[in-house]
Amino acid sequence: MIPEEAKLNPKLFDKDVEQVPIRKGFGEGLLAAGEADKRVVGLCADLTESTQMHLFRNKFPERFVEMGVAEQNLAAVASGMAAMGKIPFITSYAMFSPGRNWEQIRTTICYNDRSVKIAGSHAGVSVGPDGGTHQAIEDLAITRVIPRMVVISPCDSIEAKKATMAAAKTTSPTYIRLAREKTPVITTGETPFEIGQAAVFFDSSLGDPTSKLDAGIAATGALVYKALKVAKRLSEEGRKVRVLNISTIKPIDEKAIAALARQSGAVVTVEEHQIAGGFGSAVAEVLAREYPCPIEFIGVHNQFGQSGKPEELLEHYGMGEGRIYEAALKVMKRKS
Amino acid sequence: MKVHLHEKDLRMLEEKANEIRQTLIEALIGAGSGHSAGPLGMADIFAALFFYILRHDPKNPAWEERDRLVLSNGHICPVLYSAMAHAGYASVEEYKKTLRKFGTKFQGHPHRQYFGAVETSSGPLGSGLSQAVGMALADRMDRGRSSGRFIYALLSDAEEDAGNLWEAAMLAGKEKLGNLIAVVDRNNIQIDGYTEDIMPLEPLRQKWEAFNWHVQEIDGHNFLDIIEHINEAKAVFSKPSVILAHTIPGKGVSFMERDFKWHGTPPGASDMPGEPPKGEQGRLALEELRTLGGRIISEHQ
Repeated sequence: MIPEEAKLNPKLFDKDVEQVPIRKGFGEGLLAAGEADKRVVGLCADLTESTQMHLFRNKFPERFVEMGVAEQNLAAVASGMAAMGKIPFITSYAMFSPGRNWEQIRTTICYNDRSVKIAGSHAGVSVGPDGGTHQAIEDLAITRVIPRMVVISPCDSIEAKKATMAAAKTTSPTYIRLAREKTPVITTGETPFEIGQAAVFFDSSLGDPTSKLDAGIAATGALVYKALKVAKRLSEEGRKVRVLNISTIKPIDEKAIAALARQSGAVVTVEEHQIAGGFGSAVAEVLAREYPCPIEFIGVHNQFGQSGKPEELLEHYGMGEGRIYEAALKVMKRKS
Repeated sequence: MKVHLHEKDLRMLEEKANEIRQTLIEALIGAGSGHSAGPLGMADIFAALFFYILRHDPKNPAWEERDRLVLSNGHICPVLYSAMAHAGYASVEEYKKTLRKFGTKFQGHPHRQYFGAVETSSGPLGSGLSQAVGMALADRMDRGRSSGRFIYALLSDAEEDAGNLWEAAMLAGKEKLGNLIAVVDRNNIQIDGYTEDIMPLEPLRQKWEAFNWHVQEIDGHNFLDIIEHINEAKAVFSKPSVILAHTIPGKGVSFMERDFKWHGTPPGASDMPGEPPKGEQGRLALEELRTLGGRIISEHQ
């Protein structure tokens, strides 16, 4: 059921599947981007190791700027450096960048059309014990609304590395969403990645565009893994499903989303983010226009996070596997 | 450090400043909205920058060797546009006819997408110094401490209410950015009143000194003073420089001078107590500028 061309991790569904934090892939990608292009510079607001920018800093100390706890300055200084031909990557926790410095990102980066790459780490409730102040669950909404901004939410560390390297090669302001916790490694080095392209990671129809599906799951970020496990379970129960990994939320792959809806007639969206304005909303905007059909949204329902273990919080806020499974059954029922 | 400015240069700068003022008032009258007092108060400094101090080439706005001028308080763009038009970056007539109108190069606040020769799109206060700091850092990364390019950040006084600006000041002090020169328009007014009533800024010199900047204070209407102190700022190697330019808002139009009512109002837009009737404001302002407050009888009359 896993398309061969996706070249996913063969141990994907094993109990001992390798787990790596998504942010680690960013750190490796930034180092590689820095090696490939000397215009790449790194700016960090007092979280260099936590956001994995230390790999870049250690190799290129002369191209690294420690900003202190000053996220508004972080964004606007990066805009000035980009104006001089640099390709700045800026990092902090997503809550503070793009959270606290949203207007500086809007005006000095996007409105000014400057090629700054914003990596927001510790997104989602799975940040865990730090609590709700540090759990960014609004970041996709506030970035995707800004003109010119590209928004990427990688599903694992390998995809994060590819996304980071790809972002360094574009001239667009780009937001890359990263998570703190260890996340199962879904993809491999061979898995194709292109900004703006969704990828089918699970497909009962195995690529046949004429075959009908019972449900389609559109997922982004670390929860793609849970979506895949739910798809496997549904498939074992005789249901035909497809999982679309949509790592680029803007510009979103409208064709892949429309095809998912056309073949399934029922879609579940999955994200570790507020339902309002986030990834599910982006999918719904496409479907309302291209192929209206029932949609169920997995995500946070108008609440703030709190302290707890990552899994416990995902369950509490309705993003566990059970809830994704129920949402799939429910959306199938709504079809008829 | 006394500058030797030729009498003819001084006269040229005075003439340019006066032309800049007249043009921006004509543009504001045409626009029917926009800021008057700040642009008039900064006209002498913009004349000195664009006609004496800046290394730039209006025929080649993207020239890599140029100095960078970041206007943080984008709302005083009428003076930036006017100075740039007179310097040859755009048509003076087009500016006078289209300021703030649909499709114009001359947006209500500067926008690179419409007028590519401005270094930044700006308006929201408090961020321009950060952008200039970023430019200065990049310049130093690429060309070391002797690049010869200078980054000028033009700031308002009231935008020093904003925390972002002090984040930038702190970083510039830490990084010892000798290639960075900030000029603060110390005109003492903001929209709601006088700065010291709204949110006191003093002691301003000591604030900047505490952030490890080289601080100078000047008369923002005295060309010798402006040029001499910018030269000193360029000579200071191991610190960023800030020039607190004491200016008179509305300078050159007597009924606007020192009056915060004219901060965000153009001539001819509204009747205000104690001011000339709105139908007369534009004519009186231009007449005063053309005659330098009655000191000369202009040939334009």
